[in-house]
Amino acid sequence: MNIFAAIGAITLAFLAETGRFSQFTLSAVLHCLRPPFFVGIWARQMMSIGYYSLPVVGLTAFFTGGVLALQIYIGGTRFNAESIVPTIVVLGITRELGPVIGGLMVAGRVSAAIAAEIGTMRVTEQIDALTTLSTNPFNYLIAPRLIAAVVTLPLLVFIGDIIGVMGGFIVSTQSLGFNPATYIKNTADFVEVGDVTSGLWKAAVFGFIIALMGCYHGFHSRGGAQGVGSATTYAVVAASILILAANYVMTSILFSD
Amino acid sequence: MAATPKIELKSVHKSFGPKTVLDGVNLRVRPGESLVVIGGSGTGKSVMLKCILGLMYPDKGKIFIDGEDTTRISGRAREQAMRKFGMLFQGAALFDSLPVWENVAFGLIRGRKLRRGEAKDIAMDKLAKVGLSEDVAMLSPAELSGGMQKRVGLARAIAADPEIIFFDEPTTGLDPIMADVINELIVDSVRDLGATTLSITHDMASARKIADHIAMLYKGHIIWSGPAEDIDQTGNEYVDQFIHGRAEGPIQMEVRRP
Ligand SMILES: Nc1ncnc2c1ncn2[C@@H]1O[C@H](COP(=O)(O)OP(=O)(O)OP(=O)(O)O)[C@@H](O)[C@H]1O
Ligand SMILES: [Mg+2]
Repeated sequence: MNIFAAIGAITLAFLAETGRFSQFTLSAVLHCLRPPFFVGIWARQMMSIGYYSLPVVGLTAFFTGGVLALQIYIGGTRFNAESIVPTIVVLGITRELGPVIGGLMVAGRVSAAIAAEIGTMRVTEQIDALTTLSTNPFNYLIAPRLIAAVVTLPLLVFIGDIIGVMGGFIVSTQSLGFNPATYIKNTADFVEVGDVTSGLWKAAVFGFIIALMGCYHGFHSRGGAQGVGSATTYAVVAASILILAANYVMTSILFSD
Repeated sequence: MAATPKIELKSVHKSFGPKTVLDGVNLRVRPGESLVVIGGSGTGKSVMLKCILGLMYPDKGKIFIDGEDTTRISGRAREQAMRKFGMLFQGAALFDSLPVWENVAFGLIRGRKLRRGEAKDIAMDKLAKVGLSEDVAMLSPAELSGGMQKRVGLARAIAADPEIIFFDEPTTGLDPIMADVINELIVDSVRDLGATTLSITHDMASARKIADHIAMLYKGHIIWSGPAEDIDQTGNEYVDQFIHGRAEGPIQMEVRRP
């Protein structure tokens, strides 16, 4: 095959995919804003996306906070700067690790689940059946998941932030010999509202990415069980990479001044 | 010409990549008529239905419903057009997250905005019509046999009393008695609703029972169509081979190539 033809074909396929994805995203967002709103289904999705992710997010946050305290303590002793531990733990958790690790964990759980469910509905023609019953699949399937993820991820991350700081506190006071009252005072004195809200903004964006990737890959899956399987994999991989990329971009915007 | 046809296809083409599935299909279904399309596996019968339903867009050609061009409509206009339709999918396509009765009531609750209680009564009534009892209504579709799923699919297709009903292989995978029960149900519901139907099948017994007209799809074209009673004297070798299910004849299955 002619090399130019090959490059051309790849470019065209890439452009077609980009176009399809942009169209899907636009349509998904528009249907979040446009009735009919299936409020009962939004609530159910918030339960399954948000509430049932709590154990996962809570546990990872706890251990992340704990290990952060340990590492900073080890690093800090080299400069006689152990007292920095509470401050760095709270800043690290709220600004970066809370949203990013929480987002990645939820991506693994939720993007996969969404892609598998919607993908199965696609290959068993349930999505076609929805359409023939005068129900728009964007309103009924996609909007509720996007809305639920964007609303619940910041809540999850906020709870994760608290648990993460607690993890740092427990490790510091139980095994590193910090005074509990001083630890809490140092945490509270140095953390600012902006540190927390910037992390929550990130979480909302990550929620959007997680639900969008699950929906997009599920919606376009084809070819039976195998197709659904690869849609699930793509959804998790794409969501994770996009979360890390978006995190970089948002960090450079949010903390630029 | 008398009344406007309920459904009309004009030179509909559809390909998937290099593979041409529909290659200029022309078809009309008159109001109140029951048309059955027969044809081998993989000849594009389901694709044709999906084009009419707007689940796929044809590459070329036009589709008219009640004389209106619906080939490329979308959004609200499509949802409006869908209200005329009921569809039984080949694989039933029941929503596995909902119990049986909610599957049947789905179009009534979501599409027509009926109250749940009211929709449930109608759903129970339709389920009774297809011979399913109240306790089945509470089960999830995964707990049903294939034949029961088909019947639920049928109940869902007729739940909103549509003007036009599509049946994609209503009897495949059913035992002969149940197949005949389904055929009876189709004939009855069409008579009760005065609906127009377009069915697809390879089951000739079923075709003879439910059809007023029969059309045969082969290699992307309608190669024969006519009144159901003429099916045995078409003089068309393709049709003859198909209705008698002979391996020898002009239709060569891919597997038989030496
Ligand atoms: N979404 C799709 N993408 C690619 N090819 C498709 C798609 N849908 C159908 N086809 C192809 O179109 C052809 C016709 O498929 P279709 O499902 O209409 O067959 P059919 O006549 O309904 O057969 P059967 O009686 O077995 O159901 C098949 O060869 C199939 O491979
Ligand atoms: Mg088919």
